[in-house]
Amino acid sequence: MNVRLYVWQRATAAVMAPLVLIHIAVIFYATRKGMTAADILSRTQGSIVWASYYGLFVAAASIHAAIGVRNVLTEWSPLNNRHAGRLALLFGLLLAALGTRAVFAVVLS
Amino acid sequence: MVAELSVSLWRGGMDGCYETYSVPQRESQTVLDVVTFVQRYIDPTLSYRFACRVGVCGSCAMTVNGRPRWTCRTHVAKVAGSGRLEIGPLENLPVIKDLTTDMQPFFEKWQKAQGVFAPTKTRHEEIEQIRPDSPARRLADAAIECINCGVCYAACDTVRWNQDYFGPAALTRAWTLVNDERDAGGSARLQAVAGAGGCHSCHSHQSCHELCPQALNPTAAIAGLKRRTTAAYLKGEIKA
Repeated sequence: MNVRLYVWQRATAAVMAPLVLIHIAVIFYATRKGMTAADILSRTQGSIVWASYYGLFVAAASIHAAIGVRNVLTEWSPLNNRHAGRLALLFGLLLAALGTRAVFAVVLS
Repeated sequence: MVAELSVSLWRGGMDGCYETYSVPQRESQTVLDVVTFVQRYIDPTLSYRFACRVGVCGSCAMTVNGRPRWTCRTHVAKVAGSGRLEIGPLENLPVIKDLTTDMQPFFEKWQKAQGVFAPTKTRHEEIEQIRPDSPARRLADAAIECINCGVCYAACDTVRWNQDYFGPAALTRAWTLVNDERDAGGSARLQAVAGAGGCHSCHSHQSCHELCPQALNPTAAIAGLKRRTTAAYLKGEIKA
């Protein structure tokens, strides 16, 4: 791992740390209140705040996980740095696509 | 009656195997004494490396009962409680023969990490005054006693997994020079350790710190390099 990837991985971890805590707090709140899916969707639909929050979460997680997977591949598989990087990039794009789809589903549908 | 040690020694090259010998146990006996006994009295073809026998030269490191150690300062009584010793060549390095490894990759990575002092003055100029209690000098002094024995390199999981990784000794040397006020290596050295195989590959497992015979802390040195290179990268002084 070079310094650029290191900075990106640490920076995205720093972004995700408070987001994870908020996410867990929201889960506790929703389950304690006994909220249904319809209740939750009524609050998230059309909300720029929730779209931004989970959009940022998806972006940070996709970058962070892709760099981590690249490290795993370079250390534990016979792939060289170049091929491991490409495979990890594909994995990151997949995460970003799935995450973005989920955010749209919660905010727009 | 003299107690006997059961000693398994690695014989052959990379595809060798362990062979077991019986060696008389003695008081204050070191692992190097055991290996020397086998070579002098049992099999003179046994190959191993040593020089000073007093923990200065760093040439006698081997794998002793699964852990890399400097054999001249490792007492048998401390590592062979059951009377059994298994002694092999250092891991993560090519085996030349028996207990002798090829240290070339280890020192090549020193070169890649720019572990060579780059002077700022000639011999004709006055010697620069360095305060021994300055923060930078304290950091440089922390790892100055490295004897290049290769124990940390053999103990490192990241070296095992990533052949490009410079390893703890080379990076610790780089950290010493980064903090040496007389050194002119500067950003070129930071650039060298910030790329693939450099300090950012370290997983901070701390095996190097645990097993260093000089009680140095390469993990802390590498963490220092991570901070310093990150700051230099964010300021645009080095590139990825």
